[in-house]
Amino acid sequence: MSMKSEPRLALGPILYYWPKAQIDDFYRRVADTAVDIVYLGETVCSKRRIMRTRDWIRIGEQLQAQGKTVILSTLTLLEAASELSALKRLCVESPFLIEANDIAAVQILKELGKPFVTGPSVNIYNSRTLKKLSNNGLLRWTLPVELSVTELAEFQQHRPGNVETEVFAWGRLPLSYSARCFTARAENLQKDDCQFRCLDHPDGLLLSTQEDEAFLCINGIQLQSARTVNLLGEIDRFIELGVDVIRISPQSRNTIDIIECFAQVLNEPQSPKRFDTELEGWAPTRVCNGYWYGDAGMERLI
Amino acid sequence: MELICPAGNLPSLKAAVDSGADAVYIGFQDDTNARHFAGLNFNHKRAGEGVAYAHQRGTKVFVAINTFPQVSGFERWQQAVDKAAGLGVDALILADIGLLDYASERWPDLRLHLSVQASATNPASLRFYHENFAIQRAVLPRVLSVKQVEQVTRESPVEIEVFGFGSLCVMVEGRCLLSSYATGKSPNTFGACSPASAVRWKETPRGLESRLNGVLIDRYGDGENAGYPTLCKGRFQVQDKIGYAIEEPTSLNTLSLLPELMRIGVSALKIEGRQRSPTYVKQVTRVLRAAIDAAQRDPESFTPDVAWMDALQKVSEGTQSTLGAYARPWQ
Repeated sequence: MSMKSEPRLALGPILYYWPKAQIDDFYRRVADTAVDIVYLGETVCSKRRIMRTRDWIRIGEQLQAQGKTVILSTLTLLEAASELSALKRLCVESPFLIEANDIAAVQILKELGKPFVTGPSVNIYNSRTLKKLSNNGLLRWTLPVELSVTELAEFQQHRPGNVETEVFAWGRLPLSYSARCFTARAENLQKDDCQFRCLDHPDGLLLSTQEDEAFLCINGIQLQSARTVNLLGEIDRFIELGVDVIRISPQSRNTIDIIECFAQVLNEPQSPKRFDTELEGWAPTRVCNGYWYGDAGMERLI
Repeated sequence: MELICPAGNLPSLKAAVDSGADAVYIGFQDDTNARHFAGLNFNHKRAGEGVAYAHQRGTKVFVAINTFPQVSGFERWQQAVDKAAGLGVDALILADIGLLDYASERWPDLRLHLSVQASATNPASLRFYHENFAIQRAVLPRVLSVKQVEQVTRESPVEIEVFGFGSLCVMVEGRCLLSSYATGKSPNTFGACSPASAVRWKETPRGLESRLNGVLIDRYGDGENAGYPTLCKGRFQVQDKIGYAIEEPTSLNTLSLLPELMRIGVSALKIEGRQRSPTYVKQVTRVLRAAIDAAQRDPESFTPDVAWMDALQKVSEGTQSTLGAYARPWQ
C-alpha cells in the first residue's frame, strides 16, 4: 500500500479576460491563500494581450517568492503559425514548469527535453495514453472533466508511479473551443474586430434556452458550462483515491473564499455540507456535479 | 487529390465505389467509432463484403476507430483494430494516443491516419503523432482558414486530408464536451453528438419544441423547417436576443476552393456523412468526383458548375451551405 498524502490545492489559469490591475490585485490576494500551486497564462484566446509573457513571469516570480509553485499554462487551440511561434517562445523562455493544453506543447517540450504537466483539454482517456505521455515527460495530468469517479479509480490503479493526478473541482467547466468567437458573434462584431468585448464579461456571457434556463457560458472562442462544478463534497474520495492536486478555477468574485472552504475541509475533518449554501451563492449560476457520477455534466446529484 | 467518401452501410459503400470514390471510410457497429448510431455501420461479415467489393474495383477502404477508449473498455478498441487489420483494410483512422500506440506496435505495416477527433491543428502536434506512431496522414479539424491549412500542410511531416462537404462541426473536434454536458454522452466517450436517445419532440401552443435530455434546443413556428436538435445548432438567448448563438444549421461546401486546396498540396478531400443515406452518398460523390476531375484538368479556369451546386444544396443540412472556417468572415 502506498502512503496516502493530503492533496494539494491548485488555482487554475484565469479563463476570462480581465484588466491588468484586476489581475495584479487578484494574485496579490492569492499569495496569502492556502493554494500550493498557481497556474498562470492565457489559455483561451491569442488576441488577449493585456498580459505579456514577461508580465506573467513577473507575477510568477512574486508568487514563487511567497512560497507558491508556479506553472505557466499554454494556449489550448492553436490555429495561426504565429500562435505556434509564441508557444515555442514560451516553452523556451519559461522559468517555470509548463502546463501543456495541446499536444503541440507536449511535442515542443519533449524536443526541448523539458518535463510538463497537462490540463483538462489534453485527451487522456486511458492508462496506455497516460503511460505514453509519461514516457514523453509528463509529470502530472488532469482528468478530462467529462470522466467520472469510476474512471478515475481505474486510472489510479494503473497509473505510472511517478505521475501525479489532478482533478478540476470548482469552476465553470471548459466544454469546447472554436475558430469562431461567440462573444463577438453575440455583440454582432467580426472576430477580427472584436473590440475586446470579453473585458465586459469577467465571468463570461450567459447563454440561456428560450425558456430562460441558464445553459452555457460564452467566453470568447470557448464555451463553458453555465453551472459551476462543485466537488468539495468529494474530498474524502480524492484522498482515498490518492488524488494529488485539486484544481479551483478562478472567477471574478469570491475565489479567495472558495479556496478557504476547500482548505478548511482539507485541514480538519468536517462535513463539507456546511459550506453548501455559501458555495451555491458564490457560483454565478448554480452548481453541478453530474460528470463525477457518470451522468450528464449539468446534473446535480446528491 | 483523393476523394474520401462516407459509408454507413453496404449500399452506401457500393454507391460511393460506383460513383467514383478513391476511398471509402466505414466504422464497426459500436462505440468504437464517432458515428455510433442505431442501425448504422458494419458487422464483421458486411465489412468483409464491403472490402471485397471496393478492392475488386480499385477503391480503398479505411476504418474509423476514432473514439477514446476508457480504462475499463480498452480491450474492445484493441479488438476493433485487430478486426480491421484482419480484414485487409488500407488504413485505420485513429484518434486516441493509447490506441495509436497499440496499433503501431501490433500492426507496424498497417497504414495509420490521424482522425479529426485527435484535434491536431498544427505542425508540432502532427510531428508528435508522426514520431511516436508513424502516422502517414492526418485529417485537419474544421477550424482552420485556407491560409492556415496552407501553413500546416507546408510544414506537416504527413499527408493532409481536409473536409470538403457535409455537416459542419463548429468546435474543434475531439475537444467538444457540449453533448455530454447535456446528455452524459459525447463523441469522445460514446461516438455520438446529441444522441437520438436523448431527443424529444413535442407540439406545444408556442410551437414544435425539440429537447435534448430536457434542455430546450429549439422551438419552431408554423412554416419553419425543423432540423435535428444538434446542440450547437439550436436557438438560444444571449443578452435578451434569441437566435443561433453558436451556429446556424448549415453544411460545409468547399467546391469553390478545390483548385486552391490542390495548389496548397492537400492530399485528400473528405465527405462527411456516414449517417446519411446511400442516395446522399451517391449524389455527393458524383458531384465531388466531377468537380475534382475538372479542377485537376484546368485549375485556372475552374468554376463550380451550377448543376453541381444545386445537387449539393438539395442534400445540405438546413439547405444552406458555407465555407465555414476556411473563410475568415465566418469566424
